[in-house]
Amino acid sequence: MARMKFLCDAERCIECNGCVTACKQENEVPWGVNRRRVVTINDGIVGAEKSISVACMHCSDAPCMAVCPVDCFYRTEEGVVLHDKDLCIGCGYCFYACPFGAPQFPQAGAFGLRGKMDKCTFCAGGPEKDNSKEEFTKYGSNRLSQGKLPACAEMCSTKALLAGDSDVISDIYRQRVLKRGKGSEVWGWGTAYGKPDNPQQKAPAGARS
Amino acid sequence: MKATWLIAGAVLLTAVGLGACGERDQVVVYKQGKYQGKPDTKPWENDPATMLYTTSKWSKGDKTGWETAVKSRNLSQNEYTRVE
Repeated sequence: MARMKFLCDAERCIECNGCVTACKQENEVPWGVNRRRVVTINDGIVGAEKSISVACMHCSDAPCMAVCPVDCFYRTEEGVVLHDKDLCIGCGYCFYACPFGAPQFPQAGAFGLRGKMDKCTFCAGGPEKDNSKEEFTKYGSNRLSQGKLPACAEMCSTKALLAGDSDVISDIYRQRVLKRGKGSEVWGWGTAYGKPDNPQQKAPAGARS
Repeated sequence: MKATWLIAGAVLLTAVGLGACGERDQVVVYKQGKYQGKPDTKPWENDPATMLYTTSKWSKGDKTGWETAVKSRNLSQNEYTRVE
């Protein structure tokens, strides 16, 4: 097995936020913490709007791991970047280092006290007994130990978000790119919003939907 | 002979008595660049029979079996193999 990775297909993502909801529900993520979110660019501009689902990308050379002053990060054999919340001091260095804004900090108390860092675990739990109450409370669900993939990807309705062994998902994506058309007839948009009456018609420049 | 036993007893008593005076480090001694936290178990070290709602099958500790199970689940994300 190579490395566990996420791959989001911007041609298919319809900004339904199903992945965000699935993550929240699966891991019982507290209010104010978003392990996954959908980012949209050119919002409302016909033909130019693209969305992508972002969470921890489980970097092969993770900057969070490099800057952590207490070295609470580790990488599993499958390439998933996890951390020990018992060691985390909530300093926030990892948040500044991460190019994806993945580390989240729960705010608690009257003065917005910053808690220990929380992030996507690739549904692989953390350094506690697998599928134990302690693991779920601190890190959320451990689906990998159940032979499952992350809930966000398995829940994605258009299969825009792929998760798993990087070799396998790269092959799936490559095959998809070679087979699909381009524009509104691609899988997600056509399914979600229907096919256009006149596919050849070009949207006026700068038009908004 | 008696004196030897007395000395040995005294040494033993002193060692036991002072044993409680030992001081343990109360904080983690950091080694820069090394993961300091608790060890984690591998996903394939779990028995899938004890899991709820899983269709994946492998035997406990069988890494290859787990990888095969995850790969088949992984490949199911490719709907081109399902619609054609």
